Amino acid sequence: MKRILVGIKRVVDYNVRIRVKPDGSGVLTDGVKMSVNPFDEIALEEALRIKERGAADEVVVVTVGPADCQPQLRTCLAMGADRALHVQTDTPLEPLATAGVLRTLIEREQPFLVLLGKQAIDDDNGQTGQMLAALWDRPQATFASKIELTEGKAQVTREVDAGLETLEVDLPAVVTVDLRLNEPRYVKLPDIMKAKKKPLDTLTLESLGITPRAQLKTLRYEPPAQRSKGVRVNDAAELLAALKHKGLL
Amino acid sequence: MNPNILIVAEHDGRTLSVATAKCVACATTVTDAAVTVVICAADATDLAQQAATLAGVGTVLTVEHPVHAHPLAAAIAAQIAALAAPYTHVFGPSSTFGKDLMPRIAALLKTVQVSDIMAVESATRFRRPIYAGNAVLTVEVLDGAQVVGTVRTASFQPVAGGGSAHIEAAAPVVEPPHHTRFVSVSAARSDRPDLQSAARVVSGGRALGSAENFQLLYGLADTLGAAVGASRAAVDAGYAPNELQVGQTGKIIAPELYLAIGISGAIQHLTGIKDARTIVAINKDPDAPIFEVADFGLVGDLFEIVPQLQKLLG
Ligand SMILES: Cc1cc2nc3c(=O)[nH]c(=O)nc-3n(C[C@H](O)[C@H](O)[C@H](O)COP(=O)(O)OP(=O)(O)OC[C@H]3O[C@@H](n4cnc5c(N)ncnc54)[C@H](O)[C@@H]3O)c2cc1C
Ligand SMILES: Nc1ncnc2c1ncn2[C@@H]1O[C@H](COP(=O)(O)O)[C@@H](O)[C@H]1O
Repeated sequence: MKRILVGIKRVVDYNVRIRVKPDGSGVLTDGVKMSVNPFDEIALEEALRIKERGAADEVVVVTVGPADCQPQLRTCLAMGADRALHVQTDTPLEPLATAGVLRTLIEREQPFLVLLGKQAIDDDNGQTGQMLAALWDRPQATFASKIELTEGKAQVTREVDAGLETLEVDLPAVVTVDLRLNEPRYVKLPDIMKAKKKPLDTLTLESLGITPRAQLKTLRYEPPAQRSKGVRVNDAAELLAALKHKGLL
Repeated sequence: MNPNILIVAEHDGRTLSVATAKCVACATTVTDAAVTVVICAADATDLAQQAATLAGVGTVLTVEHPVHAHPLAAAIAAQIAALAAPYTHVFGPSSTFGKDLMPRIAALLKTVQVSDIMAVESATRFRRPIYAGNAVLTVEVLDGAQVVGTVRTASFQPVAGGGSAHIEAAAPVVEPPHHTRFVSVSAARSDRPDLQSAARVVSGGRALGSAENFQLLYGLADTLGAAVGASRAAVDAGYAPNELQVGQTGKIIAPELYLAIGISGAIQHLTGIKDARTIVAINKDPDAPIFEVADFGLVGDLFEIVPQLQKLLG
């Protein structure tokens, strides 16, 4: 069975304007729209396309998180994933611990490819995929904008500061995806109905033999420094005069 | 134990990236820290000389191996992890080089990573942005754990030259992995200033409408001696290459002057320019969110205004 494992995180939707709680203990999430991390949707879309091309047999999505992640897993099943794994835990894990959980699941699932997002847009850590590749002692190709699979290998084009870099990696490997890799499909109503019957297994950290250890403590949340409101200028000449006045030209 | 900080140098084989000097700046804000820069390269001779002049650096370590002709995270991480034991902190830049590499090092060291350090409060306490910069966290590393960190380069000024660190060769102790091979890189070299370090940036959005129209901005940028940037919409539409993207998933920049032309100002874009000293917005929609952060806003049609600016700048 040629299997692709896709890591999914439930995050505050990217359109929500984030506000820090007045007491600095977190951000306001009550009643806020939650979604699949946009990079993870792209990772799943890529996995589905690979399967549709006949280069994989099964796409399994996995999330590590609290009970209320299930709607996001159902969304992934509706998009076309074959099954979902939910490692349920109420304590948010640090990326190294999440990578450890994924590493354990790899042992059970034996995927030839693991696709993750390049970063989760809540904590903006951008660590999990690289950490998983290290723990698994396998190749990594981060920030992918193109993935080509050949026998036992993948050619991955990566979006790097200099432009586009291409790597060849042996499989199995971890690939983290960037926004331009593809455009995720929309979920149709009949697919949502069908997804209700697809398998969604719930696991616990204990059942996987994992006791995560926190190495980082959050002391406080603050709103970012605000830029002071600027002025309107009326035309190009006024703009240049203002910039000259400020010593910028 | 005093902080002993190892910085993984970023370079292109010939020149040390300015991001490395910014990592040194970050490291020297840790009280009483000793700073070592490690260079993994095929030939590290010139690079080591450059690193040795960075103010605040005590030691430069070189690791020479043909595999380091290209920056492969798997190869560099194995090397750094093998020599990291004496260090309390291992830092790299939060460029794509550092973002790719540092978590792999952290996992090999079984330790925590603090991403995008924007300020150091103590050897164990750091400030970092989350939610695309809409909140700032203060975090404490627990139980004396080794700290791996990426340094948000837009938050630090590069250290000056004039130092004279001593240079040491470190033996390449580990056999590099064979599972990852470099194939190619699109070296989009240009004579224009580099987007990440330019003092002035002219950036265009979806409003430009075509790659051809986008050339308008290159003209203005040349007149101003500025680098060119773009919104994601402009890159996605093919008006500009991906390495010009500014924002949460592109480059985070801090120029003296940023001109946003035909860019609406989505939060993901604003994340990339929060630290610009002066922001200018040109947009035909008076209610565009970009005006909320602009120091100077000009409402109007860019296709009229940009040529006027060109003409006035003469
Ligand atoms: C996870 C995620 C990450 C993202 N990362 C980034 C990122 O790194 N960088 C980024 O930029 N975006 C990013 N985005 C996309 C972002 O949300 C916006 O979609 C994007 O920034 C919009 O680009 P734009 O301002 O060019 O286009 P639009 O929003 O379409 O704005 C075009 C603007 O041009 C103005 N205009 C039109 N015609 C004219 C004219 N003739 N003269 C003057 N003004 C005119 C319009 O009034 C409008 O304000 C990300 C999105 C997601 C979901
Ligand atoms: N709790 C989680 N469960 C499953 N996958 C995750 C989780 N957290 C992160 N990931 C994956 O790792 C990627 C990078 O996340 P991060 O390192 O947190 O920025 C995400 O895009 C997901 O694909």
